[in-house]
Amino acid sequence: MSAQAALADEPLSVPAGDDFLVVDDLKKHFPVTRGIIFQKQIAAVKAVDGVTFSVREGETLGVVGESGCGKSTMARCIMRLLEPTSGRIVFRGRDITNLTRAEMRPVRREMMMIFQDPYASLNGRKRVGFIVAEALEVHKLGTPAEVKRRVQELLEIVGLNPEHYNRFPHEFSGGQRQRIGVARALAVNPKLIVCDEPVSALDVSVQAQILNLLKDLQKEFGLTYVFIAHDLNVVRHISDRVMVMYLGHAVEVANRDDLYEQPRHPYSGALLSAVPIPDPEKGRARRQVVLEGDVPNPINPPSACWFHPRCPRFVEGHCDVDTPELYPFGDGHVAACHYPLERWPMTMEEMARHGTPVDHPGE
Amino acid sequence: MALLEVQDLKTYFRTDDGIVKAVDGVSFNLEKGKTLGIVGESGSGKSVTCLTIMGLNNRRNTITSGRAMFKDHDLIAMSPRRLRDIRGNDIAMIFQDPMTSLNPVHTIGRQLVEAILLHRDVTKAQARARALEMLKAVGIPRAERRIDDYPHQFSGGMRQRVMIAMALVNNPDLLIADEPTTALDVTTQAQILSLMHKLQEEFGSAIIMITHDLGVVAEIADDVVVMYAAEVVEKAPVGRLFERPHMPYTWGLLGSLPRLDATVERLVQIQGQPPSMLNPPRGCRFHPRCPYVMNICKTDDPPLRPVPDEPEHLDACHLDQETKDREAKKLLETMRGAAA
Repeated sequence: MSAQAALADEPLSVPAGDDFLVVDDLKKHFPVTRGIIFQKQIAAVKAVDGVTFSVREGETLGVVGESGCGKSTMARCIMRLLEPTSGRIVFRGRDITNLTRAEMRPVRREMMMIFQDPYASLNGRKRVGFIVAEALEVHKLGTPAEVKRRVQELLEIVGLNPEHYNRFPHEFSGGQRQRIGVARALAVNPKLIVCDEPVSALDVSVQAQILNLLKDLQKEFGLTYVFIAHDLNVVRHISDRVMVMYLGHAVEVANRDDLYEQPRHPYSGALLSAVPIPDPEKGRARRQVVLEGDVPNPINPPSACWFHPRCPRFVEGHCDVDTPELYPFGDGHVAACHYPLERWPMTMEEMARHGTPVDHPGE
Repeated sequence: MALLEVQDLKTYFRTDDGIVKAVDGVSFNLEKGKTLGIVGESGSGKSVTCLTIMGLNNRRNTITSGRAMFKDHDLIAMSPRRLRDIRGNDIAMIFQDPMTSLNPVHTIGRQLVEAILLHRDVTKAQARARALEMLKAVGIPRAERRIDDYPHQFSGGMRQRVMIAMALVNNPDLLIADEPTTALDVTTQAQILSLMHKLQEEFGSAIIMITHDLGVVAEIADDVVVMYAAEVVEKAPVGRLFERPHMPYTWGLLGSLPRLDATVERLVQIQGQPPSMLNPPRGCRFHPRCPYVMNICKTDDPPLRPVPDEPEHLDACHLDQETKDREAKKLLETMRGAAA
């Protein structure tokens, strides 16, 4: 996916739909060093290793994958909280990959983040009013009186009592704290919010409250979300499109219904079939694909297709030699597999029977 | 005679702020070889119920009453010494976090052997052979070599397998699993659940599965107990609970789940927060959050009663039968309708 707009340094007036956020071949490698004074790099953890995707304005892109697949690292790279090793991030037509801190500051007003742990992501020594107002003060938006009014308005928007701006985070429950995190992210009217597992630490009933709140806010303020979660049910509920990650790579990207009804990558299929269904009849009758083993070590990832050691469809001499690209399957659906799934659901045995390779894929 | 009969179990903790009623009159039975799922949100008392049965609460600040009859012996009234013989032998427990429940400075082999030697009169070599056999049974690859590894050398899923091996090493009659898959990824969770199922068939243990995930319960349980604010609010065979749930809290739990097999625009939300157990609401404890609240709910705590046509199904709610049936049907139709 190329973003011609990215070549220009100046932001374009109205970015075309697809180019709201473009991530191009993003890589983040963490060095593994040995020695104390002369630190010699002996290896690299390839946390994110060449991820390309784009997000349209106003949509929600869900990102799923097991722990350690690079979801959070990717999110932090997009926010420039981590410096990418290589690749490009184009936000609203402007390449932000190499901006300096000062140049980055106005961009930060437009992209915000909500974190997983509502206990650790709020400073326990600051009052809620300060936490929510901090971004407004950093960007010098308004007089103290205006800031206070805005904070109270924000607390009201996220469903908290505006009178509580003087309280400390510990006086709130987990769900309410996550609402404070949402209010903080909304303070400067951002365009993009990156949500890193915002509901994983919450109970189901509270999780439903936060998910509904995020959906309402999106409608009201036209927000764009990159929504990271490991829970496929949650991702299905909130996303328009979904990206499946495995070991630092995007293995499948598709519209929500396409992915959940006709996954092409065996890994996506295995993930889907592993999700418990809250219906004993359906759940016990369904065909399950139980993957063997664990996610490999990203310091020394498998050759070619990253999934081949665990894949029921593994073909020796092909999958471990030839790295699959993201092959198109129509309607923006892409999957990185030489032997994509023909239909869904499948049993383990059906999956293990080797399919036809994609030589000239797609429409 | 059931394997485990819990009757009117109460666990109160003395704290600086007052008495916290963590478990307040819980009763259930568990037959041999069956699986009981206990669901509820954090703080509903599901873990404390099981810790009380195992006698693992701090005795200095705990007030316990009620009975837990295990094979004709009351676990609550039992001496700590006698309880130690039963724990790890007849009743074993798996905890949520496999990272913190293994000792990091001993090899897993040593920890497994210790569990065997405590309860069995065997030589070290025999114990080691038994440990190795269990590690193979739970699917640890190259068990002969890995038995001398330390916990940090295992991944999360593998550690949970080691925990299961340790729990089953003495062939317990009852296995209590406290959120055993919550810290794991879905693919690993599927592995662990199918492993537990397989081992249950092989060894015939009864399982108490504590979880907040109704999906897990639907997969593995025979009977389900729903807990809210230290009380049992509904109890039913698993098929029945998902087919005809009777309690507004259970409806809320089911409706608030985003699910793979249905599309809904908005999730049902249960308003508000779970109550503080220092000072639980009068009457039905769910009434401040219940959309069907009536006057009687604010004053009278509804008893857990069997449903007229189904003695196995119990609920604690003042709503009349007709309303319950109608609302349950409506909820399921919205969920099923959305699925189609």
